[in-house]
Amino acid sequence: MPTHAYVPHAPGYVDNDGPKIVTSRFPHEDSFTLARAEATGAYDGLRAALDRTPAEVHGEVREATVLGRGGAGFPAGVKWGFMPPGKFPYYLVVNGDESEPGTYKDRLLMERDPHQLIEGCLIACYALGLAQCFLYVRGEMALAQERIAEALNDAYAKGYVGKNILGTEFSVDITLTWGAGAYIVGEETALIESLEGNRGMPRLKPPYFPAAIGLYGQPTIVNNVETLANLPWLMNNGAAQYKTYGSEASPGTRLVAVSGHVQRPGVYEIEQGVTTFRDLFYGDNFCQGIREGHELKMFVPGGGSAPWFFPEQVDLPLEAKDVGAAGSMLGSGAIIVMDETTDAVKAALRLVRFYARESCGKCTPCREGTTWEERVLQRIYDGEGRPSDIDMLLDIADNISPGPYPNAADPAQGLDAIPFPPKQTTICPLGPSSVAPIASTIRRFRHEYEAKITKRDTIPVMSVAMEGEA
Amino acid sequence: MARFDDTNLAIANEIISRYPRPKSALIPLLHLAQEQDGWVTDDAMRHIAELTGTTPAEVKGTGSFYEMFKFHPVGKYVVNVCTNLSCQLLGGEELLEHAEATLGVKAGGTTADGMFTIEDVECVAACTEAPCLQVNYRYRLRVTNDDFDSLIDDLRHGRADDVPEHGTLGLIRQSIPAGAGAGIVAPEEAREAPVWLARNDVPKSADDEGGEG
Repeated sequence: MPTHAYVPHAPGYVDNDGPKIVTSRFPHEDSFTLARAEATGAYDGLRAALDRTPAEVHGEVREATVLGRGGAGFPAGVKWGFMPPGKFPYYLVVNGDESEPGTYKDRLLMERDPHQLIEGCLIACYALGLAQCFLYVRGEMALAQERIAEALNDAYAKGYVGKNILGTEFSVDITLTWGAGAYIVGEETALIESLEGNRGMPRLKPPYFPAAIGLYGQPTIVNNVETLANLPWLMNNGAAQYKTYGSEASPGTRLVAVSGHVQRPGVYEIEQGVTTFRDLFYGDNFCQGIREGHELKMFVPGGGSAPWFFPEQVDLPLEAKDVGAAGSMLGSGAIIVMDETTDAVKAALRLVRFYARESCGKCTPCREGTTWEERVLQRIYDGEGRPSDIDMLLDIADNISPGPYPNAADPAQGLDAIPFPPKQTTICPLGPSSVAPIASTIRRFRHEYEAKITKRDTIPVMSVAMEGEA
Repeated sequence: MARFDDTNLAIANEIISRYPRPKSALIPLLHLAQEQDGWVTDDAMRHIAELTGTTPAEVKGTGSFYEMFKFHPVGKYVVNVCTNLSCQLLGGEELLEHAEATLGVKAGGTTADGMFTIEDVECVAACTEAPCLQVNYRYRLRVTNDDFDSLIDDLRHGRADDVPEHGTLGLIRQSIPAGAGAGIVAPEEAREAPVWLARNDVPKSADDEGGEG
């Protein structure tokens, strides 16, 4: 078996020496077929679940502390417990709308191992009495849709899905459904709106979370693809074994995608809570260091919505509590590494532009605020900035996310960390997310902003593309 | 053109049958319309409204929220170049500039011969493989300017086998064989607990399992 190497048919995935809970089939070129899946134990986890009572299966998931892998990191077993008893039917909605900047893992799981995901869905449906499952795949992911469709067709033919699954009284349909290009649909209530045939605008919450009032007004569990992909292994091996990996607070593994200025960008299955950013960036079986001849300037630790980290934070473990206290989040496992050639204003502008484009328009502070942020940043970047623009950016940001915004500590400036999460004047976290690049870069690299504004000039930054070709 | 033809009407009805409420099929049906015609026409939206018990305004109201739906003709090949941060760091913007210069249109535009539309898009989940693009939602990874040029050449000469015409997403559709499905569960109709939850009430004994064992 190859170690420490890219797997050509799973672009970006690096087969390292760590435990494989969700990527065990990736090294096989035909991992997505039923034949390969069955030959490597697919649906054994479902059989193991069916040998137990639904409550026991739920108990196992709770005991294992399977953390949600979509971004919030909430334990799935606890989320599952929030459904009001007796208010049937219950639904399962699978969030495969992966679109957080920097995030690349759910697509691999859907393309490379659709049967593992289907099995995970079935285990969840069995445990909770969920009457129908909707598997929502991002619109742009044509191959994932195709692979899941084929897998479902094969699974139906073999009696793994549908009526009287494996000869038992357990029956559930999985409906493949897909989106059409809208980042915000990754937010669970917006996803439900989209699934009901509406514009993908988040619903007001609290008081009612989807577990209480979700799809068609019924109790609904919304789980991320990777979260569900953990369940077959868990059923086969048990919570005790699951907890031998990772840390006490964050057992098991998770997929992280490291992109940007590293020697070997890739998707890695790592042990949660124990692996540090340093291991990941510099380790031989991971990214093998920053680009030749360059050094780390900053990194985004958990997707475009996460406040940025700097070299001082590199020894933190990928543990939610530590990263939160240090002023950011692990989010969706997307790590974007930037070296010293990166223009902080330009990078911040690009992410802010993303939020301005993707704001659904429901809440005024976000709809107007993100647009303002983008315009002001753009003019600063273009050398047209005004001296008051930095304060204006912070003021707009304060309208979306009032009070001190989460930030990493900066020893050079004597500034302590401000813990995650931010406050918000909006229904969902999209608006506050747009503040992350602004607050992070202004606090740390205010001089880059000022240089652009006062000198009406850009600081010299080498063109990355030109250098790459050299 | 533009209402569903007979083949697509059958597919549309099958899609609708998989949801408790027909309106939930709206986005998949808009995709089907786009697959048939290359873009979403007014007639198609009227037809979708009839099929889902909604109004054409509701169909357009939903559809216009989503970037993938085009309400005007676009190129046979829609080339989406990612310029979000991970790609930007490794030359995504330069790739887009090269694409614009090569095809002679700006992002959002379509070439005069109707072959290509270029778009400047947000993260498409291939961040470790930057810079990347999608052409009709098929990936091209770690794309150099030369790669781009040969892609365009291949597309012009019909040599890119994995790229269907704009509008077609997955080439395989879900299809539940007659009698194999558990059946949709409408919120109004299923007020009882699913039967298997009764297992929670029965004390477990060694040999009463219903599984295949």
